[in-house]
Amino acid sequence: MAKETLIPIGPYHPLLEEPEFFKFYVEGEKIVDADVRVGYNHRGIEKLAESKTFEQDVFLVERICGICSTSHPFAMVRAAEDVSGIKVPERAQYIRTIIGDLERIHSHLLWIGLAGHFIGYNTVFMWAWKYREPVLDIFEVISGNRNHYGMFKVGGVRRDIENAQVPGLLKAIGDVEKFCAMLTRAVMDDPMIQARLKNIGILKKQDALDLCVVGPVARASGVDIDVRRDHPYAAYGKVEWKTIVLQNGDVFDKAAVRLLECQESARIIRQCLEKMPAGEIDAGVREVGVGEGIGQHEAPRGEVIHYIKANGSNFPERHKIRAPSFMNVPSFKKTVIGQSIADAALITAAVDPCYCCTERMAVLEQGTDKVLLTGEELVRLSQQKMEQMRR
Amino acid sequence: MLIDKIKERFGEKVVIFEKNSHRVFIETGKDNAKELVRYMFRDLGARFSIASGVDTRPAVEILYHMAFDKHDLILTVRVEVEKPSLEMPTFSDFMPAAEWIEREIYEMFGVNFIGHPKLETLLLPDDWPQGVYPLRKNTFDSEKENKEI
Repeated sequence: MAKETLIPIGPYHPLLEEPEFFKFYVEGEKIVDADVRVGYNHRGIEKLAESKTFEQDVFLVERICGICSTSHPFAMVRAAEDVSGIKVPERAQYIRTIIGDLERIHSHLLWIGLAGHFIGYNTVFMWAWKYREPVLDIFEVISGNRNHYGMFKVGGVRRDIENAQVPGLLKAIGDVEKFCAMLTRAVMDDPMIQARLKNIGILKKQDALDLCVVGPVARASGVDIDVRRDHPYAAYGKVEWKTIVLQNGDVFDKAAVRLLECQESARIIRQCLEKMPAGEIDAGVREVGVGEGIGQHEAPRGEVIHYIKANGSNFPERHKIRAPSFMNVPSFKKTVIGQSIADAALITAAVDPCYCCTERMAVLEQGTDKVLLTGEELVRLSQQKMEQMRR
Repeated sequence: MLIDKIKERFGEKVVIFEKNSHRVFIETGKDNAKELVRYMFRDLGARFSIASGVDTRPAVEILYHMAFDKHDLILTVRVEVEKPSLEMPTFSDFMPAAEWIEREIYEMFGVNFIGHPKLETLLLPDDWPQGVYPLRKNTFDSEKENKEI
C-alpha cells in the first residue's frame, strides 16, 4: 500500500473565509479519508441570547454572520412572530423580501468571485466582485448601510423605502440583472471552467437526502426544496419566480445554481418594488407572548431555522439557531473522497461554508509526523492544474 | 393527512398539539421517539431540519423539527430525557444528518446519545472542562452567586 499522508487545510487558510480545520488523508494525489474540526469561531450566541431582550436579540443574531447578515434576523423575527401569531403589515413583508433577496445576489456573487480565484481565473473574481458593488450600493440607499442593515424588528421593519427612491432602485436592479445574465453566460459557456468544474466533488441525490443538506447544495443535486416556495412567507408567494434545480451535484452545478438564482432574485426584487402596497411598516408589537415559535428563511446558503421558547417575559427562555452550513458542511466527506488533492480546496469551498454561522457560538490539534502543505500551496496546486489544462 | 397517519400508527403513544396549520408538536416517550422519527424520515419523506435541546431543569427536552416541504408543515417531536442519567438512543444510524447536532446537544447539555459513532465535542475546545454544560440553566449560577456575595 502506498504511504498515507495527512494534509491539513486550516484552521487559518486563505481559501476559507473563516477558521476551520480540514484533514485530508491522501495516497499519492488521491484523497482516501477526510475529517473536519469546527469550533474555532464559537461565540456562545445561543447562551447570550437568553440574557438579552427580543429587541436586542435581533441585532445580536444579525452579527452571527457577516456575509448573510440578514438571514438570521429574518428567521428570528419570524420565530418570535410565530409564538403568538403576530401579523406583519403587507408593506413590511415586501421590504423584507427585497432585503432578503438582495442579500442572496451579493452573497452568490461573492462566492462566484472566490471560486474563480481558487481555480486561477481571476477575471471571474474581478468581474463578480465588480458587479457586487452596485448591489451593496442599493443596500446603502435602502438601509443606510452596506452590510448589517439593521432593517428587521419583531412585527415589521425599521425603515421604509420612499416612493421617490423606487425609480432609481428599479434602474439599479435592472442593471444588476443584466450584469448577472452576462456573467452567467460568460461563466457557464467557458470551456475551461467546464473542464475544471464538471464531474468533481459530486454529491449524489440519495446522499443529499440522507444528510438533509439545504439550499443550493441540495438543489444542485436534484433535491427540489426551497423554503421560499415550500413554506411561503413574506412576499415570496405573491411574485413570480422559479426554483433552480440541477441534477449532477458537481461543483459546476453548484456554481450554476447560484448564478441562475441571482437572476431570479433580481426578478423578485423588481416585482416587489413595483407591487409594493402603501401602508404601515410596523405592527407595533408590545410583547412576544408565551409559547414556542419556529421561523425559517431561505438564506443564500439554504434554510435557516430559529426556535424560540418564550415565557412571557422580555427575554427568550431558549433560542436555538441553526444555520444552513451546519447541515451542508458534513457533506464534504461524501464529495471529497476519491478526488485529487488539487480539487480538495475547491470542493470544500463549493458548499459555500459559513463557519461563524455554523458555530454561533481554539485550540489547535497537535500534528504528529505529517507532511505539511500550506494554504498558499494548495491554492497554487489548484491554479497550476488550471494552467496545465489551458496548455 | 400526515397527522392522521401518525395517529393511526402510534395511537396512544403520542400526544398531538396542533398549534396552527403549519406547526404541529407531538409529544412522545423516549422509547417511541426513535420509531416515530424513523417513520417520518423514511416513510413519510420528512426532512430533518434540526433538533433543539431545552433545559427544563428536572429534564432536558429534545425537539426534533421535521420539515415536510411538500405540505408546508413542520412537525416537532418533543421528547423528555430525565436528569441525571440523560440517556437517549442515537438517531444518526438511520439519519446521518443527526450526527452533528447530537454531538452539539451532548456537549451543551450533557445528553448521552447511546450508539453514536463519534460522541465528542464539536464546537467547544478540546480542553473544555468535563461536566460543564454551557446551555444548562444552572451552569453559571454559582458564578453569579459568587459575584453577589
